[in-house]
Amino acid sequence: MNPDKPLKIAVASGKGGTGKTLFSTNLAAFLSQKQKTLLVDLDVEEPNDFLFINGTIEKISDQYKMIPLWDENKCTLCGSCSNTCKYHAVVQLGTFIAVFTELCHSCYACSELCPVQALPMQRHKMGKITTIDSGNLTFIESRLEVGEEQAVPLIHQTHDLVDTQYKDIPIQVFDCPPGTSCPVVAAARKADFVVLVTEPTPFGLNDLRLAIETMQKIQKPVGVVINRWGIGNDEVEKYCDQAQIPILAKIPFDRQIAEYYSNGELVYDKIEYITTSLRQVITAIQHAV
Amino acid sequence: MQSNNIHEIVVLSGKGGTGKTSLTASLAVLAGNDAVIADCDVDAANMHLLLRPDFGETFEFYSGELAVINQDLCNQCGTCAEVCRFHAIPQDKNQYQINALDCEGCGYCEKVCPTHAITMQERRSGSVYISKTKVGSTMVHARLDIAAENSGKLVAKVKNDAKAIALAGNKHFIIVDGSPGIGCPVVSSLAGANYVILVTEPTMSGLHDLKRVHAVIERFRIKSGCIINKYDLNKEQTAEIKCFLREEQIDHLADIPYDSIFSEAMIEEKTIVEIESPLKQLVGSIWEKVKEQLTRKN
Repeated sequence: MNPDKPLKIAVASGKGGTGKTLFSTNLAAFLSQKQKTLLVDLDVEEPNDFLFINGTIEKISDQYKMIPLWDENKCTLCGSCSNTCKYHAVVQLGTFIAVFTELCHSCYACSELCPVQALPMQRHKMGKITTIDSGNLTFIESRLEVGEEQAVPLIHQTHDLVDTQYKDIPIQVFDCPPGTSCPVVAAARKADFVVLVTEPTPFGLNDLRLAIETMQKIQKPVGVVINRWGIGNDEVEKYCDQAQIPILAKIPFDRQIAEYYSNGELVYDKIEYITTSLRQVITAIQHAV
Repeated sequence: MQSNNIHEIVVLSGKGGTGKTSLTASLAVLAGNDAVIADCDVDAANMHLLLRPDFGETFEFYSGELAVINQDLCNQCGTCAEVCRFHAIPQDKNQYQINALDCEGCGYCEKVCPTHAITMQERRSGSVYISKTKVGSTMVHARLDIAAENSGKLVAKVKNDAKAIALAGNKHFIIVDGSPGIGCPVVSSLAGANYVILVTEPTMSGLHDLKRVHAVIERFRIKSGCIINKYDLNKEQTAEIKCFLREEQIDHLADIPYDSIFSEAMIEEKTIVEIESPLKQLVGSIWEKVKEQLTRKN
């Protein structure tokens, strides 16, 4: 591990609602007791970390993606743009060129290959990034506008912002979106270690296996946290043992945790076994990387 | 029009883990063979664990393209790497290589390559299954390949297949399990829906995410109803959710108490309506309410 580079921990899950937000916010708050810590909410479609972090807003910046804008006066209706776009985001309809913003991947091909420059690229707001100062903890929330469909460009821009403006914060926790497709891959790609939060149920196990496969595909070391331990069965533990995936912590099912969570309260300093679990997890990660 | 007789119900939640799939599968069991089931949570599909489909037919799903460089034709000019906005063409050991994870298949590189060394190839992004469930209904489900893109298109494929099967078999319902979030798979699952069932939980996260997914539904002007699962976890939050439902004129379908039967049933590969408990009746009443809403003239 290069001491000049921050330690980046991604928290992902496969299945939604297993406790990613609970774990990320509490891990970051716990770490910030001793050192400067960054928490980044990359679940841009449904960001929830802000409910648990108090602080003052330092900055809000609108985030844009670039999309083509049709210049009717320059256009010769040659059809090049419509033929070029693989996403059907630029379509010639008679004498009109329609641009479907939500389908555009900002590849610039239609714009730069247009022989008469009739499709200049322009900014389109897709979301915003909010930075919150909470003492030793800096919190960045990345939030997609309702109606925007693509999470990936916003996730990339958030990583870029972190790497240029917050690279001095030595430990960084990234709360990732659920699933196993492009958004979680984009969110976890920069991580040194991925914590997969699961629950000990058949759904939890099924999605954990997919999440492990996903992380192996992008060559990330992983460890598992079993949340709500005690419900369900022990198949997740058996699977992890067999696949030689380390179990970093087991957080027992406890109605008290669920109640704190429901009110937007952190538990790292309220429930002793949570404090112990968080310490175990961070020690294990530091050994692993 | 024949398709007017089919009612398409999509179950969404915004937040994951609210009990969406357990409830969708229960409705599927109650609807029996009068419904076609579609699992549109294609990158973390779980409904098969409860409905035990037979994976009767499998189809490969191709969507999008991947750039491929023929190294024999490449003259190392680097134009492709310059135009690629996805940084998908790094130079490694004096060769330009396509990084498949980054390539979004836009084809810009193919168009500008002076030696025609780049071709675009169709890309496999998952599998679609058409199955019989344990209650005899047809289920369309899918598995997105690991780390693949285009989940929205795979969702559209699953939905279209389900619709065609429902039409051909004169079924009255299509029951769709959606994915969490508000992005392309969710939007894709909403196309053509007649009614949306929202499953939420009384936490600040649950309500926040419910509001965002409801804002997406509003854009499509689809009627919706809401189930508050684990309502007894936090009664104040439950009251706030009900307030939101009233303001937005969302049908309040039911309050379900926290019950370990959700995970117990899951372990037995059963839905909660296949086990005797007070919840069986409650979920039965949800299905009756939804049917009533669908057949009511607006």
